[in-house]
Amino acid sequence: MTTEMTSEALFEAMRRSIIDGDDERAAELAGEALRAGVDPLRAIDDGFVIGLREVGDRFSRGDMFLPEMMLAAKAMKRAVAVLEPELDRRAMKRQVLGRVVIGSVKGDIHEIGKNLVATMLAAAGFEVHDLGVDVPFDRFVEKAREVDADIVGVSALLTTTMTGQRTVIETLAAGGLRPRVKVIVGGAPVTREWAEEIGADGYGEDAAQAVTVARRLVGAADAAVV
Amino acid sequence: MTPLRPRLELLDAALVERVLGEAFALLLDPGVRVRSPEVAELLAAAGASVADGVARIPEGPVRAALVTVPHEFALHDRAGDPVVRYGSGEVHFDPGSSGVHVLDPETLEHRSSRSADLVRLVQVAEMLPQYAAQSTAVVCADVPAAIGDLYRLFLVLLHSDKPIVTGAFTAQTTEVMIDLLAADAGGRRALEARPRAVFDVCPSPPLTWTEFAGSNLVALARAGVPAEIVSMPLAGGAAPVTLVGSVVQHAAECLSGIAIHQLARPGAPVVWGGAPAILDMRAGTTPMGAIETAMIDAACAQVGRSLGLPTHAYLGASDAKIVDAQAGLESGISAILGALAGIDMISGAGMLDFLLCQSAEKLVIDAEAIGMAKRLMRGVETPTETLATAAFREAGLEGRFLELAETNRLFRREQHLPSRVIDRVSHRTWQEAGALDTFARARRRVDEVLATYRRPVIPVGVEAEMVALVRGEARRAGMDILPGVPAR
Ligand code: B12
Repeated sequence: MTTEMTSEALFEAMRRSIIDGDDERAAELAGEALRAGVDPLRAIDDGFVIGLREVGDRFSRGDMFLPEMMLAAKAMKRAVAVLEPELDRRAMKRQVLGRVVIGSVKGDIHEIGKNLVATMLAAAGFEVHDLGVDVPFDRFVEKAREVDADIVGVSALLTTTMTGQRTVIETLAAGGLRPRVKVIVGGAPVTREWAEEIGADGYGEDAAQAVTVARRLVGAADAAVV
Repeated sequence: MTPLRPRLELLDAALVERVLGEAFALLLDPGVRVRSPEVAELLAAAGASVADGVARIPEGPVRAALVTVPHEFALHDRAGDPVVRYGSGEVHFDPGSSGVHVLDPETLEHRSSRSADLVRLVQVAEMLPQYAAQSTAVVCADVPAAIGDLYRLFLVLLHSDKPIVTGAFTAQTTEVMIDLLAADAGGRRALEARPRAVFDVCPSPPLTWTEFAGSNLVALARAGVPAEIVSMPLAGGAAPVTLVGSVVQHAAECLSGIAIHQLARPGAPVVWGGAPAILDMRAGTTPMGAIETAMIDAACAQVGRSLGLPTHAYLGASDAKIVDAQAGLESGISAILGALAGIDMISGAGMLDFLLCQSAEKLVIDAEAIGMAKRLMRGVETPTETLATAAFREAGLEGRFLELAETNRLFRREQHLPSRVIDRVSHRTWQEAGALDTFARARRRVDEVLATYRRPVIPVGVEAEMVALVRGEARRAGMDILPGVPAR
């Protein structure tokens, strides 16, 4: 009973550490959890993730700011890094909404929007693999295969690089990954019509929409809105 | 007696020195990323140490570049007159460039821009004297992306006499664009002697010269075609969050760019330009209409001017989605601030939605803000011998000023005469004229302006050469017709 009480307090502190974007504290609490023998999966799901969700939610509502979200994501990362060895030891896998591979397409070095989408997806509970910018077409395919991705996200900010989104879809198909691996596209010049024309499965006008679309694609639409 | 020229300076002399001091320090540590082997070689040969794609540039070669870089140069109109004089102290304006949408004046939809939209924008800007130069204002969705940049320039050349602010997307198309300009000028040599266009080249924040941007600077320098370094620190996102920190980053990016450019060819014309912005921490957007954005621009230009360099900035744009009060206030305030900051070329007019959407209606409204800014810049003049007493001798205590010859002689200079976009009539007259708001008046004005537009007279051979050049490129890109090209 007492341990249950303390773990509740611990979970609350974990949630708080993420909302405060305090990575030192988050790592410390993760260590504490391990020492107290708390199930590392519960530490993530009932502690840290709750905080991250709240941050994502408040950011979407305009109540929280980008730097706060970035610090929260960083704190989350540090906490998970502390817990990971124990997860591995127990051969446990974190329950994620899905695995996403994302990048700015070849020829395109705009990254701010893509980073934002990646952060929001991670905050929403996806495992995100960010390939960076100017990503060659087959790199998307390679990575998608390597991590067994559910979704590939392709960002393009230039009318000249937008066509690369089509090429990524074609390359995924040639690699035999379509239609199982879903493709979402975005970037300032990208429209819903373009997404349809190139046969993408989803389009996101902004990071919040990217999350909605990604959730729909992994069948998590009716789960509590993050 | 010359009137006091109003001037906005946000930094004192000591702070300008500190900015430059830290910018030079950044060039050494962490250095500048250079992705182009050609650029890396140029810098290394000049004394920079290059390793792992990072060049650490000592002050020496940069100072040497600052000695060879021209302090003034001009862009010429079709007739060969130097109508845009960078570095002269005169402020010039041009429409914002490379939008991907236009605001449909009927539906208010942001739709993909096409050749016909670019031609319409060029025609409107052509007839408005407030715009000293054209820009390649939008890309054309009906043209293959591979030739999108050169096709825009082609259409502007076919429809305008004015100088042009443009930019290329790839190395191959840069060459074609220079060929187009050479055809227009009567050869490469003539183009160098009387350049008509300046090319924007963007370093990537922070402190990165991509393969294309770096080699583009070099290619333009070698061709003697003016380049405009458009550095875009995004305060808090891709640059320090402080305004002054972003000004330092901007200075470092421009200084490294000028060094590369002058190493490629000493004496080639280049501009200390930029499109900095803050990052909106709620929406994650890059607001061009924010007051802080204008403040960074003004401070960056001040630093450039302290080095005697021609300057450029992106102002007069708005982040509003329609031509509403926000569009008016952001565009007007930032155009005025840019003028007060003495920036040689101010790009951005017509733009909405973070430089994504162009609007011809906004262009005619922004022209009014520019007219006001230009009037402000002339300051309070003293065109009469006595300031007022002589006028009073004639007008007497009855104050018959309206009847004075002096009034008739001077009012056109003393007062800026706005177009009918600016409403100054009585309430009744306004009502009788249909009670139109600014946007509705702007739509009318666009129609009026378009009705007076005449296409420039281009020598048949020159036009044929340009058309042939572009036809070849278009065929290779899979396009057989040339949209937006007027019938002869
Ligand atoms: C900042 C910026 C740059 C910076 C980028 C810095 C960086 N580290 O990212 C620099 C200076 C490097 C740059 C360079 C260039 N740029 Co630029 N740039 C911009 C600018 C002003 C803002 C982009 C941005 O970060 N926006 C903020 C973010 C948050 O928004 P976002 O990117 O749109 O992302 C959101 C959504 O689109 C969506 N989203 C994005 N990606 C994805 C992916 C998925 C899967 C999903 C679902 C959703 C999604 O969600 C995001 C979050 O809400 C835009 C103008 C604009 N309004 O877009 C021009 C703009 C995109 N650039 C433009 C141009 C022309 C260039 C250059 C070619 C300039 C030149 N001549 O050298 C180079 C090209 C470099 C290259 N090869 O990529 C043009 C494009 C025009 C066109 N027709 O294609 C624009 C529109 C500006 C203009 N009007 O001239 N640029």
